[in-house]
Amino acid sequence: MAVRDYLRERFFPHMWCPGCGHGTVLNNLLRAIENLKIEKNDIVMVSGIGCSARISGYVDFHTLHTIHGRALAFATGVKMSRPDLNLIVPMGDGDALAIGGNHFIHAARRNIDITAIIMNNRIYGMTGGQFSPLTGYGKLATTAPYSNIDHDFDAVSLATAAGASFVARTTTYHVKQMADIFQKAILHKGFSVVEVLTQCPTYFGRKNRAGSAAEMVENYKKSTTPIGSKASQENSDLIERGIFIEKDLPEYCGEYDKIIQKAMKGK
Amino acid sequence: MEKNIKFVQGNEACAEAAIYAGLDFFAGYPITPSTEITEHMALKLPQIGGKFLQMEDEIASLCAIIGASLTGKKVMTATSGPGFSLMQEALGYAIMTEIPCVIVNVQRGGPSTGLPTHASQGDVNQASWGTHGDHAIIALTASNHQDLFEITVEAFNLAETYRTPVILLLDEVVGHMREGFVIPKPGKIPLVGRLRTSVKQGVDYHPYLPREDGRLPMSDFGGVHRYNVTGLFHDMWGFPTDDPKSVHELHRHLIDKILNNVHLIEKHKEYYLDDATTILISYGSSARSARHLVENRRSRGELLGLLELQTIWPFPYGLIRKICADARYVVVVEMNMGQILREVKIAIDDPEKVFLANRIDGSYITPTDIRNILRLIQGKGV
Repeated sequence: MAVRDYLRERFFPHMWCPGCGHGTVLNNLLRAIENLKIEKNDIVMVSGIGCSARISGYVDFHTLHTIHGRALAFATGVKMSRPDLNLIVPMGDGDALAIGGNHFIHAARRNIDITAIIMNNRIYGMTGGQFSPLTGYGKLATTAPYSNIDHDFDAVSLATAAGASFVARTTTYHVKQMADIFQKAILHKGFSVVEVLTQCPTYFGRKNRAGSAAEMVENYKKSTTPIGSKASQENSDLIERGIFIEKDLPEYCGEYDKIIQKAMKGK
Repeated sequence: MEKNIKFVQGNEACAEAAIYAGLDFFAGYPITPSTEITEHMALKLPQIGGKFLQMEDEIASLCAIIGASLTGKKVMTATSGPGFSLMQEALGYAIMTEIPCVIVNVQRGGPSTGLPTHASQGDVNQASWGTHGDHAIIALTASNHQDLFEITVEAFNLAETYRTPVILLLDEVVGHMREGFVIPKPGKIPLVGRLRTSVKQGVDYHPYLPREDGRLPMSDFGGVHRYNVTGLFHDMWGFPTDDPKSVHELHRHLIDKILNNVHLIEKHKEYYLDDATTILISYGSSARSARHLVENRRSRGELLGLLELQTIWPFPYGLIRKICADARYVVVVEMNMGQILREVKIAIDDPEKVFLANRIDGSYITPTDIRNILRLIQGKGV
């Protein structure tokens, strides 16, 4: 099956700005699914609110475009009632970690078999460029017109501490790595988190003089490095990318099946 | 077969009724005075192969059951005021996306944390208007465990029939009171199952194109039809639209499917109304005191009657207007500042004959309370 067979072309053109990184995320996600040869009927994509969330409308899966921050809670309900389905939950940085932060850590703690993708463009794009929990200290946004004094989360550390059994980071520059990580994350049995650094040239880029879309993508090459690389040891400012956590832990739906067996025996 | 008699709290009666109705998925968060429902589900659902989830908060609970409902499950959550407030955004989502689900609100005193273990009926208006935007909702209530059992099953039936969230608006007294009731034999109360589409695989399925009767057959997530579900105004494919005609049609559909069927949805009970010159209107636990008073005064020859509402929303304006037409006094008995009183005044031709008998101090309203207010209304003094 070709990548375009996974798209709902009836609903194109998409609504993302020129130069937005979200299309690159969509592209690589579909390539990963194509490589895995998963049936379209076996995939449920659940998203929240924001630019990132619109991704669910464009793909030919079972798609649930929900409310701001709560996509993982909806996905938990779908997965618990149909553990055989593949749940993919793309979220924006504000969606996943501000309004949805609580659902994020608890989904991770349960280790429910859902693939969570944080499309981190460090800004609220849909509402026009307000700072998010991942914008970072000293950056500019329409709600930080003088300078942002909010410190950012490290999404990878947060997911790890919360108990996610697969945690990775990549960027829109490293597209081969992105598709590869998506593939592993989808195959992983448990809660997997993939943070993708993706450019928002329209708001974050313009406000912070980060250059054109192409320059922002190019910058991901310079500002990131493979986990544990020599460059990383020499320069702590570099952001590590790759797979940080990949471990076998009891998965939530499987654990509940054991509860059902126990309850039925004791009845 | 022996009668299956139970002597339990109303919360447990509600939980048993949900299982009778075919519930197979429940998500909840502990909150007084509804927690017993959640506990009962944690115990009972896995015994029948169902699923129970304790979520991180109330809105997550409602979101989770909406997700489960989309896969074809019968779903429920239970909470009280603060949790119900937190759920409101997801409630609007279920209304907009037309997902069958049942939400129990065992009312406590409010606003805010209020009186967690005391009697109140302060969430009547919230049940209808708590979530933003113009819409219609179904909210039901009951005053005793036998009725509660039947009305809970009815909530599931209405949720499936109208593809809508249904609110079960209970109160602390009914929720925590222990009382005997009979669990009907399986099949005695008819159950409404999920209406699924007959559109075959490979044929274009329109998830949001109503049939002539207004109903929308569903297709389970994970089934052969892939479609989009969104809280945005959407077209017949479920894809976002701001086309004024599509928006208007969907808005009317969401409201009309309920308001045009009040006569089918509405349920109530009548006590001594035939010759009543003073009519009490009440619901939930308040109706127990109202009924006690009516029966007590009837034995002394007073022409008192009671209309007990079981459907709160959509409000049965036509019924109230007809029943109260010849009454001298109409007295609404409730534990709030007159939330149903307001609707009754709208319903009838001469609102000046409508009075309120209420308590808002967390104490259960007694027959004596109502009697004293009746004497004041009738100019007899307390």
